Formats: sequence, C-alpha cells, structure tokens
Amino acid sequence: MTAGSARLAPYLLTGPALLVCLCLLLAPLGATVLLSFYDWGQYKGIVEEFTLKNWVEVVSDSYFLEVFLRTLRIALAVTVLSMLLGIPEAYILNRMSPPWRGIFLLIVIGPLLISVVARTLGWALLLGSTGILNQGLISLGLLKTPVEFMFSETGVIIALTHVLVPFMILSVWASLQRLDPQVENAAISLGATPSAVLRRVVLPQVVPGILSGAVIVFALAASAFATPAIIGGRRLKVAATLAYDEFLNTLNWPLGAVVATLLLIALVVAVVTSNRMIERRYAQVFE
Amino acid sequence: MPFLVLEGLTKRYGDQLAVESMDLTVEKGEFVSLLGPSGCGKTTTLQMIAGFVDPTAGGIILEGRDLLAVRPSKRGLGIVFQSYALFPHITAAENVAFGLEMRGIAKAERDRQVDEALALVGLSALADRYPRRMSGGQQQRVALARALVIKPSMLLLDEPLSNLDAKLREEMQIELRTIQRTVGTTTILVTHDQSEAMALSDRVVVMNKGRVEQIARPEEAYSRPASPFVASFLGKTNVFSGEVVEGPDGAVFDLSGTRFKLSARVPAGPALARVRPERVTIAAASAVGIRAKVRTRVFQGAHWLFQLDTPAGVAVVLAPNDGASMPREGEDVTLSWKPADMSVSAGAAA
Repeated sequence: MTAGSARLAPYLLTGPALLVCLCLLLAPLGATVLLSFYDWGQYKGIVEEFTLKNWVEVVSDSYFLEVFLRTLRIALAVTVLSMLLGIPEAYILNRMSPPWRGIFLLIVIGPLLISVVARTLGWALLLGSTGILNQGLISLGLLKTPVEFMFSETGVIIALTHVLVPFMILSVWASLQRLDPQVENAAISLGATPSAVLRRVVLPQVVPGILSGAVIVFALAASAFATPAIIGGRRLKVAATLAYDEFLNTLNWPLGAVVATLLLIALVVAVVTSNRMIERRYAQVFE
Repeated sequence: MPFLVLEGLTKRYGDQLAVESMDLTVEKGEFVSLLGPSGCGKTTTLQMIAGFVDPTAGGIILEGRDLLAVRPSKRGLGIVFQSYALFPHITAAENVAFGLEMRGIAKAERDRQVDEALALVGLSALADRYPRRMSGGQQQRVALARALVIKPSMLLLDEPLSNLDAKLREEMQIELRTIQRTVGTTTILVTHDQSEAMALSDRVVVMNKGRVEQIARPEEAYSRPASPFVASFLGKTNVFSGEVVEGPDGAVFDLSGTRFKLSARVPAGPALARVRPERVTIAAASAVGIRAKVRTRVFQGAHWLFQLDTPAGVAVVLAPNDGASMPREGEDVTLSWKPADMSVSAGAAA
C-alpha cells in the first residue's frame, strides 16, 4: 500500500457510514432547522421566506414555556424514579445465582421486546378511572372516588418509568459486573458493615454506570412520544406531542420545527454537559 | 499457648473435598506458607480463616477464642488479595485510612497512622494517587499498608506477588520479609511458588489435593521431603530406580552396579532413589560412580544445567559455574553423590 492510499484509507472506510449519516440524519435535521425559519399562514401555508416569527412566538408565549417545563419535570421525575428502582434491582440481580439471574434478567429486558404502544395501552387499562388500580384501591377501602391517573403527569411518569427502567438496570448492571468481588471482601476484612460496604465501596464504583443510565433515561423520557400521547392525551402535552400536533393537526410545520429544534438543542446540551462532568470527575479514577 | 490452631478443618463442596481435616498450629510472630499446586485447598483454607468461606467441619482458634463465632468484619485480620482489591475510587491514602475509619478513629490520629503505614512501605510520595495510576508493585504496597495499618492480629497473604514480574517479585519478597520482621505480625502466606514459600517462611505447609503432605522448616522440607509429592514439588529431583539388596555390611541400594549404603531401613526389593540435581557431582569418565553421557547442557549464569543419559534413566544435574571447564555434549562422564543426599523408598518406577 502506498503512502497516499494509506492516508486515504480511513476516509474510504468511514465513507459509507458517513454518507448514510449525512443523508438520513444530518440532512433532515438541517431541513427541520431551516423549516423553523419559514413563514406560515392559515390560508397561504408554508412560504419560503426567512422570518423569526415562529421563534418569537415560542419564546414569548407562556403556553410553550409551560409545555417545556412539564417535559423537563416529567423527564427528571422519570430519571429519579428509574434510579430509585433500577439501582437496587441491578444490585439484587447481580447477587443472584446463575439460573435465577438469567431468568430475572429476561424478565427485566423482556418488556423491551414489546412495542411501547402496546405496553402503554396496557398501562391505560390499569390506570383508567375504571381500571384495575383504581377499582382495587376502592374495594380495599383506601379510596372513595377514583384517582385520575389518565391524562395526568403522574400517569405519564408511572408509564414512562416502566418503559425506561430497563435501560437504567442494564447500565448499572454492566458496571456492577466489572467490580472485583474481592474488593467487597477487602472492605469486610477491614471492618466494614454490610451497609458501609454498599455505601462506601460498591455505590461509588458504579456511579459512572448510574450517571450514564440517567443520561439515557433522561434523554429518552424527554423525547418520548407514544407514552405521553396515549396516557397524557391532548390535554397534557409535552414537547414531542406538541411538535406532532403542530405538524399534523394545525399543519403549522415551521412552528413544529421550532419546538423540535428547541427540544433537540436542550437534550444535546444536557447530554454533553453531563458527559463532560462525568468524564472530568472520573478520568483519574477509571480508565 | 499457640497463637493460631486449626483443628480438623474441613471444607466439602458437594462430593468434592477441598480441604480434608487440616491440623496446624502457628506460633505468635511466625511466618507460615501454605504451598501447593492450584486446587490443593490452600486458598480455601485461607478464606476459612478470613471468614469468607464457612468450613464444613473443624475449628479455628485464635489466641484461645473460637474464630468461627466471630463475624468476618470483626475478626481484625489484615488480608492482602491476589488482585490487591484496592478501592479504585479513592486515593492510596484514603484506601489505607478506610480500615481506621471503620474503627471510628479520629481524623488526626488516622492521618498520622496512614502516614506511618505509607512510609513503612515506601509510598509516602504517592499518597494522593489513585490506584489505576500506580504500577503493580505500588498497588501491592498500598494493599500491604492497608492491611497492616489496622494492626491486625494476623496477616493473611493470598498469592500477593503472583501478578508481579520476576525481578520485582524478588525485591518484594525481601521487602515483605523485612516488613514482617519489623512489625512482628503473625503471617500466613498462600502461594504456588515454592521458591517464594522457601524464601519467606519460617515453616511451609505443603498441600496436595486438600491434604497436608508435610509441615516443616523450608530447609527440612527440601532436604528431607516426607513424600514423593513434596520431593517433586519443592524443586527438581532426580528419581532413579534400582534395588535394595542385603549385603554383608547391611542393606545397600544397587543402582545398575553402583552400590550406596543406606542410612534408613528399606525393605529389600525394587526401590526408588531421589537426589537433588545440585547434590550430584560430575567427574571424568575414569572416576568411580554411575556412567553417564551428556545429552544437553544449558548455561544459566551462576549455574550449568546438564541433562545426562544414565543406565537408570535421564538425570538432571546443576553444577555451579566455578570457572572450571565443563564437559561438552556427547562426552562420557561419571556421576556420584553422598549417600546422605539420597532418599530411598521402596517401590518401582511408575
């Protein structure tokens, strides 16, 4: 191989993937951003004229702010809940003996094999005012009147947590598996109680796994569409369902494009900053 | 009163006997090695003392109290693991401080003891470094400092040097021995490396297939192995098959015509003689002894290693490089050794 072709090789090898990425990801994204600067009118439709009108409308109208804040609130709540459920679950899973570990891992991952829509419709059946959850609570005498889970933030958070908690479990489990089991024994031999082993030795070592799981869950929760659309409905909009409605119901594509672009920017900023923070904190500690 | 007593210590995994009825007493300040090939039960024994594995039967008594009734975290033993098992998320000094913190020792006193422990292993300069940023030898020292700082009643070392390269291992052996002498902590070392066990310990416990083969001082185990297994495991040994015959001056060992006086009583009949390679002398073909032909010779710096063909089988001889000229390959020579350097047992070659 000559020096020239050696220098070209990396470009040639990455070329096909780069081309796919350009055509299928960057081009539509660019088009969406461009679209957000186009004009739109009820009767004239989309006009290819540069305007900041859509951006001004989204930034100044408190309705949009409310939707974005709700999206953030739901995503944060789902992330925290996934951590609370997923970390202990991953730890228990890791301590199980071989046959059971495989079975329970399958139970954890299993739901990922079912369509989100099907799973969410299942939750709709459970959460409805005549659903199993409300009827159960009423017949137990804990409630007098049904609690409205459907079309509420609580309902969306419950269903989204169920959809996304496997990602947290897998992420934490992967980092638990990398731990040297002797390290726990070392802590015990130095006089650590079981809770001290967990708090001082195990948890700090899986923090990178927890954080990367949290980033995944947060990003997926903030951009989730199917679950908020079914459980939240038209009454309880989040950024993704808002963009969808602007595109397909109001047919105001440019306004939808602004919402979509803003959501993308917010997510990229959140993911990149948290990654940077994780890397800076753990560069010294982990490879 | 003995410091540590193992009484009939047994561990069974299903039908598998990992450790079979082990008895051992260790005196205060002693350095004892559990030596054997992998799967001989040495690590299981150590883990039973540490409390990570529950024995099937038997007892462990430390300073007169039943150790099995004490939780592993309350046993107060210092353990150095094969993988070092340092806490990767905290610095070297914080690693060493961990055990003191668990004992509720105040910060100022803790810092003083950590400094002292790190100085003992020569790592004061690297106190603030994370384990991943240290070499294997440095991590090893942190692990040792962490185990010693809690002033353990006993130090347990599980193959602590096996992950180091040969030169560093030798240095660490000497250092480990020096530190152990300074601190005076009773120490049990688990190793599969016979030279490490012999270099470090006051006594070695040679184990095979869960059973103790011999407990003796290293020199004793080496020169007077209690079983063929010990003889072959501790260093190289030549095994010659011959015959014990009753002569006019008592029994002798006949090795293809050459006769050796026997120091111990061995019944007449086929027998095996074991001689260490470094106890065999090579002389000119005209001398008295067993005739041999040099097959290969390898220069090892301080020694020459010879492989020779004899009527009784292949012999290995280690001759010191004293400047004298050595026989070449293909040359005829004579081998001889003192009867005292040979151990004879009844039996035929396998």
